[in-house]
Amino acid sequence: MSEAPAGQATAPGQAADEAALRAALASTARPPRPSALSATLTFGWRGMLKIKHVPEQLIDATMTPVLFTIMFTFMFGGAIAGSTQEYLQFLLPGILVMSVLFTTVYSGVALSTDASKGVVDRFRSLPIWRPAPLVGAVLGDTVRYLCAGTVVVVVGVILGYRPEAGVGGVVAAMLLVVAFAFGLAWAFTTVGLVFRTPSAVMNGGFMALFPLTFLSNAFVEPETLPGWLEAIVNANPVSHLVTAARGLMDGTSSAGDVMLVLATAIVLTLVFAPLTSHLYRRRS
Amino acid sequence: MPSQTTLAIEATGLAKSFGETRAVDGVDLAVRRGAVYGVLGPNGAGKTTTIRMLATLLRPDGGSARVLGHDIVEDADAVREAISLTGQLASVDEDLTGRENLILIGRLLGLRRPAAKARADELIGAFGLDEASGRLVKHYSGGMRRRLDIAASIVVTPELMFLDEPTTGLDPRSRNQVWDIVRTLAAGGTTILLCTQYLDEADQLAEGIAVIDHGRVIAEGTPGQLKASVGLGALHVRLLDPARRPEAQAVLERGLEAVHLEPDPAALSAPCSDAGRAAEAIAELTRAGIGVADFALGQPSLDEVFLALTGHPAEQASADDTAGGAS
Ligand SMILES: Nc1ncnc2c1ncn2[C@@H]1O[C@H](COP(=O)(O)OP(=O)(O)OP(=O)(O)O)[C@@H](O)[C@H]1O
Ligand SMILES: [Mg+2]
Repeated sequence: MSEAPAGQATAPGQAADEAALRAALASTARPPRPSALSATLTFGWRGMLKIKHVPEQLIDATMTPVLFTIMFTFMFGGAIAGSTQEYLQFLLPGILVMSVLFTTVYSGVALSTDASKGVVDRFRSLPIWRPAPLVGAVLGDTVRYLCAGTVVVVVGVILGYRPEAGVGGVVAAMLLVVAFAFGLAWAFTTVGLVFRTPSAVMNGGFMALFPLTFLSNAFVEPETLPGWLEAIVNANPVSHLVTAARGLMDGTSSAGDVMLVLATAIVLTLVFAPLTSHLYRRRS
Repeated sequence: MPSQTTLAIEATGLAKSFGETRAVDGVDLAVRRGAVYGVLGPNGAGKTTTIRMLATLLRPDGGSARVLGHDIVEDADAVREAISLTGQLASVDEDLTGRENLILIGRLLGLRRPAAKARADELIGAFGLDEASGRLVKHYSGGMRRRLDIAASIVVTPELMFLDEPTTGLDPRSRNQVWDIVRTLAAGGTTILLCTQYLDEADQLAEGIAVIDHGRVIAEGTPGQLKASVGLGALHVRLLDPARRPEAQAVLERGLEAVHLEPDPAALSAPCSDAGRAAEAIAELTRAGIGVADFALGQPSLDEVFLALTGHPAEQASADDTAGGAS
């Protein structure tokens, strides 16, 4: 019975479909394999499509900082800085950093989600530059980071934030924060391949980021803290990032601050990108 | 360039353990170029692990294998240039549309954007996915997802295609479509390694079958050889009138041995592998005026083969599978 050609068992209209199927199955010549850059950009495109089709994640990641901006400004502004307006001037670069860094956790979550699905098997069986899926995904995610950062700045401006260094300063600060986020994202992609489930990656990531952002100079001046805590805060790389971003937005930045952040981003990338790539290749 | 005479797949002593589990425990395979070759085994037999090693996704712990003449460890990139994989878990991206999935794969195989789009549209039409092409894959039915998955595997015609349980969970019509695709691809010269739990599927499509259980090949051959290794075929007869069965038994016993009555009150059967003798026996019944509703000369089913080889019925596996699928 099952030997019968499908055409016999189905409507006459099937005949055309049959022909289309044969034509589509006819051998197609294999094009030369894509360059590393082209494969990477294709994966970046995949990341964009995901932002389009699954915007929920981006919304999640930007709502929290927006709420923080509003709550911190109005609740603590008076107590910490004497006025809400003055505190917002101080706070906004910190919230920008926090918002973008929290978005990087989603790079790890996305990789962990991918890894639990069959689609990674297909990617890994393709003749492409091995790290392309990873580099492409993180590059695509930088668009997410830019979105998250932009939302925060817009909310800040609506609340009355005015950058001393103008639009140029904001753009420079944003680029610096995104560069740092690119480095940090590799740490989370490593976590994404080590932890078993996407939700474990998310919890782990947030658990690491809360102390990193709160024990920094994002919300308070370190000088107001007890000595031991001040030392911790000053050693925290997130503090350096906030200092540099704040400097760029206030027009008081030093090249040293910026270089320190870029160096940290490079170190993070050099350590964690190869580690992620290794884990990805060796997945079982 | 390896010569056309080399085997498509040549594995010796392939082994892989996960902790204490010896998932694949010394598998040897030899698959001719252009063949459809079946790997048949129950749940947990090691089929997927074997495919994943051959497709360069897993590094073997022991043994070695060459795919289209290239070593799967030393020359993994050359292997990847010639194969495509349709995994057991649908190997498509659920958060993209069907069309985007096909364009993505086309781009990753080196097609330029317009060519990738054209090829995606051609495949969508050919696989009957027109309506669904703009929908996210996570909203696809199982059959649509499978077809998309296979379409993604042939965006560029592979020399060798791995198909891991391509029809599990499909209705008979979708299953026939998949079988048709496999036959057409094979006719075009693509070698296909097909893992399946369905004996019927391997029998329908494969020229050679390896039966694996607990990570080992326990039998190998053509479907016919496997059946023959288990025993003779049988003649099955159903009468129009169950009341005449004793009479029919007496008539059949003139030409055949060990004629026995089946649970169906109108049916009898006897071991027989000779079509001539079977025809003679049916003719005798007709001459005796006993009406025959239908008769069949069957080889033993592959189910019987599996039972004989493994000591446990293959049904067990499909029962597990249904339970898993329902949850
Ligand atoms: N990544 C893994 N980690 C640990 N154990 C694994 C892993 N993959 C497979 N196994 C184990 O190896 C054995 C063989 O699994 P495999 O998936 O190859 O079987 P299969 O024949 O494909 O089964 P099925 O018909 O259910 O798909 C099983 O016992 C399974 O639990
Ligand atoms: Mg399997």
